[in-house]
Amino acid sequence: MRGNSTYQPTNSVLQWLEKRLPIGGLVHSSFIAYPTPRNLNYWWTFGGILSFMLGVQIITGIILAMHYTPHVDMAFRSVEAIMRDVNFGWLLRYLHANGAAMFFLAVYIHMFRGLYYGSYKEPREVLWILGVILYLLMMATGFMGYVLVWGQMSFWAATVITNLFSAIPGVGDAIVTWLWGGYAVGNPTLNRFYSLHYLLPFVIAGVVVLHVWALHVTGQNNPTGIEPKSDQDTVSFTPYATIKDGFLMVCFCILFAWFVFYIPNFLGHSDNYIPANPAVTPSEIVPEWYYLPFYAILRSIPNKLLGVIALFGSIGILAFLPWLDTSKVRSARYRPLFRQFFWLFVIAAVGLGWLGTKPPEGIYVILARILTFYYFAFFLIVLPLLGIFEKTKPLPNSISESVLGAKA
Amino acid sequence: MTTVSSAEHSRRDFLYIATGAVGAVGAAAALVPLIAQMNPDASTIAAGAPVEIDLAPIADGQIVKVFWRSKPIFISHRTKKEIEEAQKVDVANLPDPEPDSERVKQGHDQWLVVIGICTHLGCIPLAHQGEYDGWFCPCHGSQYDTAGRIRKGPAPKNLPLPPYAFISDSKIRIG
Repeated sequence: MRGNSTYQPTNSVLQWLEKRLPIGGLVHSSFIAYPTPRNLNYWWTFGGILSFMLGVQIITGIILAMHYTPHVDMAFRSVEAIMRDVNFGWLLRYLHANGAAMFFLAVYIHMFRGLYYGSYKEPREVLWILGVILYLLMMATGFMGYVLVWGQMSFWAATVITNLFSAIPGVGDAIVTWLWGGYAVGNPTLNRFYSLHYLLPFVIAGVVVLHVWALHVTGQNNPTGIEPKSDQDTVSFTPYATIKDGFLMVCFCILFAWFVFYIPNFLGHSDNYIPANPAVTPSEIVPEWYYLPFYAILRSIPNKLLGVIALFGSIGILAFLPWLDTSKVRSARYRPLFRQFFWLFVIAAVGLGWLGTKPPEGIYVILARILTFYYFAFFLIVLPLLGIFEKTKPLPNSISESVLGAKA
Repeated sequence: MTTVSSAEHSRRDFLYIATGAVGAVGAAAALVPLIAQMNPDASTIAAGAPVEIDLAPIADGQIVKVFWRSKPIFISHRTKKEIEEAQKVDVANLPDPEPDSERVKQGHDQWLVVIGICTHLGCIPLAHQGEYDGWFCPCHGSQYDTAGRIRKGPAPKNLPLPPYAFISDSKIRIG
């Protein structure tokens, strides 16, 4: 990691340890002396919030696993037992269920921030791609966790999502049978989802380490999108970034607590309080809110295989963003046209989410097709062309100048 | 000590490559059980044995749902009107063209036996609904006719036929 630490412990025991495992120096150089751009705004605090949420999910999840039974006959009842019988079980489950939603809320803000300020551009491509991998892992983990509840929505979400793979020509059905471990979603499916739902958060934690490592190699981007040039442009991570991160984390926790204590089922679907029934599909199937835009993209395309390709393509395309955006200027602050297309993209993404809750008929289908087109056009047409045609605003000479004015 | 690299292929090169190749084959073979364990186990396959269904109690126009291999099977006792509707369709214009005669067993036009899983993404369609008087899938709006053929919506194929045979005029064996 950057900036060789000048960390010199005074305590003799720590000196002894430092000679053998320089962990104190690593922490000091990464989280205390580490230089951060002085102009970071609150949108930069969501990385810390995400790490915090991952911790919340792992701790509450490990505890829930002590009370949960991954068997088709007992899963639903064991969840209800957690809610009614286990001491503070209701709190732990509501923290975990709403924690997943908060986790996704934070990751979407984090991703849109990266998009707005061009944080994916050279030399941060690998950092960005690791982020896309983290997002995919989060989606897989969230989906499998939702299935464990074994309510009606759990069961049919599992059926619909695993059936996406049946669209693969030739081997699709064999893959789906392999995923299920049977001829339909059943006990083997529930068991393996439980195993993987326990595993994946630790894989996420591992990739987070790589993500932070890559971040500390290139340094953070900042609202101007220009690199720090002198010590004047940076401040040390502690106390400046730590306090700023901590403050917004507390604010975020207020929102989290409001959901947990006042509207714990607001984001869930009432049908998931009906035990899974393989004989009856609920009259309306909707995924959790954080998957809705992709669900709308899937439904907007009338062909099964193409719909599935569009669904996976809409996520996979993010990995190519560093090369699709041809502009040399990073931050949207200095890209007037990009800024407009960016906000249209935000509207399209949120709009697709709204359409995902609507029945696939009439005007909703047409709107979903328009927004799906814009979603892909933003990446494949707008971003490559803007780099050529957009007239960007002049960049400041340094971060300090942008903060203090030209006199600095 | 010096090392001399020879331009010639030596016996040692051969040994390196052969060792590496055997190792790669061994690693690939070790993956087989790790992957195969996820396929249906012996008890699941055993529970998928054929089932016999008595058709006598199914009234004219009634559709019943039975389970075979954890899949819902629709058995439809079709009315005359439903049979006619299914037969008069212009097969060439269907998304998945199949004449009604291929959907039922010869001489048993009134009995339609299909796997009741929407070929789109696996939901269970609702009987006697939709524009074609067959099935309507509530998930993404696919519509099937009285022969279980896809007529409208995102599903690519007709409802599949399970393997089955008539043991007598009022009894079938599925599987």
